[in-house]
Amino acid sequence: MIRLILILLLATSIAYLSAYAEDVSLHGFLQGNYSVDTAKSNPNGKDFKWAEERVQLKLDASKEPFRLFLKTDIFYDHIDDASHLDVREGYADYTSSIWDARTGRQIITWGFGDLIFINDVFPKDYEAFFSGRPLEYLKIGSDAVKIGMYPSFASAELIIIPFFEPNNFPDHKRFFMFNPMPAVTEREEEKPATTFENTEVAFRLYRDVAGMDASLYFYRGFFRQPSMLPDSITSPAKIDLVYPELTVYGASLQGRALDGVLSLEAGYYDSREDRDGTDPMVPNSQTRFLVGYQRQMWEDCTLGLQYYSEYMDDYSEYEENLPSGFPQEKKLHQLASVRLTQFLIHQTLRFSFFSFYSPSDDDYLLNPEVKYNFTDSVWAAVGASVFGGGDEWDQFGSLDENDNIYVQIRYEF
Amino acid sequence: MKEFKIQNLIFKIMVVFPICSMLFALCLPLSADALTAEEVVKKSQEAFFYQGKDFKARVMMKLISKSGQERVRELTMLRKNYGASGGEQKYFMYFYQPADVKDMTFMVYKYPAKDDDRWLFVPAINMVRRIAAQDKSSSFVGSDFTYEDVSGRDIEDDTHEIVKEEKLGANDCFVIKSAPKKADVDYSYKLSWIDKGNFLPLKDEYYDKKGGLYRVFSGEEIKDVKGFPTVTKRTMKNLSSGHRTEVTYVKADYNINIEDNLFSERFLKQPPRKWIE
Repeated sequence: MIRLILILLLATSIAYLSAYAEDVSLHGFLQGNYSVDTAKSNPNGKDFKWAEERVQLKLDASKEPFRLFLKTDIFYDHIDDASHLDVREGYADYTSSIWDARTGRQIITWGFGDLIFINDVFPKDYEAFFSGRPLEYLKIGSDAVKIGMYPSFASAELIIIPFFEPNNFPDHKRFFMFNPMPAVTEREEEKPATTFENTEVAFRLYRDVAGMDASLYFYRGFFRQPSMLPDSITSPAKIDLVYPELTVYGASLQGRALDGVLSLEAGYYDSREDRDGTDPMVPNSQTRFLVGYQRQMWEDCTLGLQYYSEYMDDYSEYEENLPSGFPQEKKLHQLASVRLTQFLIHQTLRFSFFSFYSPSDDDYLLNPEVKYNFTDSVWAAVGASVFGGGDEWDQFGSLDENDNIYVQIRYEF
Repeated sequence: MKEFKIQNLIFKIMVVFPICSMLFALCLPLSADALTAEEVVKKSQEAFFYQGKDFKARVMMKLISKSGQERVRELTMLRKNYGASGGEQKYFMYFYQPADVKDMTFMVYKYPAKDDDRWLFVPAINMVRRIAAQDKSSSFVGSDFTYEDVSGRDIEDDTHEIVKEEKLGANDCFVIKSAPKKADVDYSYKLSWIDKGNFLPLKDEYYDKKGGLYRVFSGEEIKDVKGFPTVTKRTMKNLSSGHRTEVTYVKADYNINIEDNLFSERFLKQPPRKWIE
């Protein structure tokens, strides 16, 4: 409710400022986005993971040193047969020479991973990604205040998020997924309350170090993936979905090396509610590490490779306390990715191939795509999301029956 | 004796001085002629890529296919020199058009004799990424211009020779043949018509490995901007595909005191209006 009021307030102020602004622009797009099942129909019997027509409007008004920006989507969802209004972003900027502030709903992206996130602890929509929606829908805005500070020795970003926003995971009506406790149907989501103590804080310090882009990160908040908390381990009747407390310390480095761009990123996930690793329902603390390399193979062709690992602390405590019948996670979870992109016809035609493969779990995701810009304002993309391998509870193995082919078509103005 | 002296003086005034002056006058083009090919190319790069302390232009690019289909790329380009001509430069570009790249920004730190650093900002996901950039001969935003055509090529990467001097239209030109020392580009050599007056390139012809002409640059309009002769209209035409790119500087300015901190992640994400407009 508070959020709705804030958004309405923002929309009003944008309308007001538009009348006085030195510079106002309105852009956006019309989009059709459809994703058809190729493995089997959805659990709800429908044959599409996603089917929508959408309008996006982006209103931008500025009068130095202020700027207001509002990005609103209105779409019709054919699977739920309902129309929706989604304020994707809506914020006010203030800029001075050595600091700036952004207040409102904003998309924040940190770290160097390509679809792998260590220090990017901000909300994501994995359902969007697995349903063949445009990549920008993987990110969800945070209702936050961001302060940027730019002293000469380094730059810094401080982000304060009073309203918790979880990740969005695939919907059980549209996706087949692993369910460790299928008999328990009563579930209740418990988001952290909007209180002073629960306010999330994220801080990033960054500068150039010997020609490389270096960052240090800190985050204090919550896991955005819920943990299942049954009311009883032996005979559960109800499951609470809770978001355990989390602190992340991280660093990243990116620069030119080996005729390409090399990225290194690491983070320590301090699971504050399970520091000794004995609670099987709360994730253990972890160390996460990523190395990425990108290079241009020939004109308009780029290859990107990544290797990522998650090392679980207190593994023996985890093993000892895991209830029988629950799938056991690995001590070292590994993931490798490859991305190949080739542009043709004056960069109007793009072939891309992205794949995840987990050497530890042996599951995979394949995502080939072709995109063509018919004109400067009309483009269309056709692609596929294919999942498989591993066990039925693994990250991509669990999505095995959800393969889909998708189409995105957009008119931008 | 005195009479002889006067005659001698008259002889000096009437004959020796004019001859000397004529010889001196003759020496002037001779001294210009004495420029080596490398010097001509260096002066040309200075005039074409390094003019002023800094530079800003609103650029309209039209990509035109053989059948006549047009695509437009509109951007503001800012450039600042660090050090002498041929030295380090920083570029900042903000895209207005087409709609799917609006608000995108692109930054290049250009170094002589080593790979550039390049960063791209994607506004839809608020993300700044470095992009791999070892190939300077690749196309700039899908146009017929390469990154080297936009920001220059190291003089030492080619051998240069003055092939001839001739008029191109009304302009006296050096014709320079530049051949890459390594096979790192598509052409085997390039002929450049460089204006003897302002050292701007008026025409470049690119020859493929078989010696066939396949790509032609022409500097079509030269205007004086703050005392700097500037190519404000240019075309690159690919003869084998029939595709061409026309570039117009709608606005251009020099020595506008671009601050160093513009070339940073902060301003890639929030490009200041006063610089991009």
